[in-house]
Amino acid sequence: MTRQAPDSAAAARPMRSLGRDSVGVALVAIAGLAGYWLFPDNLSFLTRMISVALLVLSLDLVVGYCGIASLGQAALYGAGAYAAGIACLAGVTEPFLLILIGAAAGGVTGLLMGTIMLRAHGLPQLVLSIAIVQLLHEAANKAYSVTGGSDGLSGMAPAPLFGIFEFDLWGRTAYLFGLALLVIVFVALKLLVRSPFGMVCRGLKQDPLRVSALGISAFPVLLRMFLISGAVAGTGGALGAIATQVVGLDSVSFELSANALVMLVLGGLGNLYGALIGTVVFMAVEHIVAAFNPFHWLTLVGGLLVAIVLFAPRGLSGSIDEAARILMRGKRRTAP
Amino acid sequence: MPAADLDVRGLSAGYGRTHVLEDVSFSVPAGGRLSILGRNGMGKTTLMATLMGLTRLYAGSIGLGGQDVTALRTTGRALRGIGLVPQTREIFKSLTVEENLFVGLKGRPRSAIDESYALFPRLAERRRNLGSQLSGGEQQMLATARTILGQPSVLLLDEPLEGLAPVICDMLMEAFTRLAASGAMTILFVEQRLESALGFAQDVIILERGRIVWSGTSAALRADGDVLERYIGVGGLH
Repeated sequence: MTRQAPDSAAAARPMRSLGRDSVGVALVAIAGLAGYWLFPDNLSFLTRMISVALLVLSLDLVVGYCGIASLGQAALYGAGAYAAGIACLAGVTEPFLLILIGAAAGGVTGLLMGTIMLRAHGLPQLVLSIAIVQLLHEAANKAYSVTGGSDGLSGMAPAPLFGIFEFDLWGRTAYLFGLALLVIVFVALKLLVRSPFGMVCRGLKQDPLRVSALGISAFPVLLRMFLISGAVAGTGGALGAIATQVVGLDSVSFELSANALVMLVLGGLGNLYGALIGTVVFMAVEHIVAAFNPFHWLTLVGGLLVAIVLFAPRGLSGSIDEAARILMRGKRRTAP
Repeated sequence: MPAADLDVRGLSAGYGRTHVLEDVSFSVPAGGRLSILGRNGMGKTTLMATLMGLTRLYAGSIGLGGQDVTALRTTGRALRGIGLVPQTREIFKSLTVEENLFVGLKGRPRSAIDESYALFPRLAERRRNLGSQLSGGEQQMLATARTILGQPSVLLLDEPLEGLAPVICDMLMEAFTRLAASGAMTILFVEQRLESALGFAQDVIILERGRIVWSGTSAALRADGDVLERYIGVGGLH
């Protein structure tokens, strides 16, 4: 056995990963820009899709990467939405600042939520997450003077982006702003889940005892992930508030939390692309089918989900991965 | 973390109400090597797990580098410098080799994993493979490398050669010997292969039904066919 370290190979590793990730991120950006040109009359809907995609990405961090059961992620999204909305009505209208306020509110709520939820495991943890989102929902409902109660917050008027681009009626500025935010957050999360910290989280999901035997305490690691997850969800909430200029109780609801989980399972847990694919498919189906039959569109989503869970347990992204692998294998076999 | 001495006194431990270890005492100087022998089911793995804080402790104390770590839980002991390479290897199967190593970094820079590749070049070749795609020997290399990355002062190797091909065993033993020769860590070595165990360590203890029934040097044990026959089941070394 030689003692030679493969230095050149080690140096080439991050470059190869970076190249693959760059292609993925470019595809997300291109798909987003294509949406801008292909569906100019639906930009408000697409912006809502981006806002919810940020929520689903944040959920993937805790559920998909850390294995923490949660049905209360909308608490973090709603905290960001309300914080941005309240700040905007108070006179803070700079869009970037509103996003930061939303992210900070989501992050702080994430810390509090994590502190409570990490005391339990499994089913009790899931119940705690539901209780937290219901409590926040009720608090937002009762605090009428601050949140507008069941009427919600309205009348927000964010300042033009960079002092130039107004948030117009067609939603063009909001969409492009949202798309840029999504790409930035996506890149940051890609780096995060590939980092040693991300690997520790995945290790904790698989075998917490083994990770503790390596000298890593689970609680601070998972709490940090809750903070990051909250900041991402809060960013989504703030984007929703800026884009629609309305914040309602639906942004901090159990229903939104449950839908986010459905989107994540549909797309594939523990895969950032899966979170995006699941959001797009779910919301597109909702948008299209609900237009034809507003009462039974969930039946189709239910059927789709049952089929995914039974026949593609890794979600749509897992199926795409598998198809690509089979295709590559076939190509290699036919190559001379 | 420099090598530390390990001082175990009157250790009794087990699982639930079942006592497996009874009044186990031994000490290993900093940088020393100790092999732990015994037939299957005699408490060797339980002893390793107890040192790591993974069993229920009924009595006794564990001193590490002059400090009592008995009250510490698993994470605390690992942070103080105890590193366990378990018999079951327990690598993260859905992570690649490189990602598994990241988990063991304990705050060290990413470049530290090149130390693992220097110790086990096979891991460098397989760095993009998932844990589930590795052979038993490669899994063992990975489990060992991941623990060593955390620079433990006391390394616990629990039957690292079990079920492996002779050529892989030789590779692993060469790596363990190199580690031991560096003096960077105190090593406790549980092994069924008598020749490997005696060749590796200066000192040996034999466990029988959870108690130490013999302790001494490897040379003394080699010369004592009766002890080998009685406690290990071999009349002489092959």
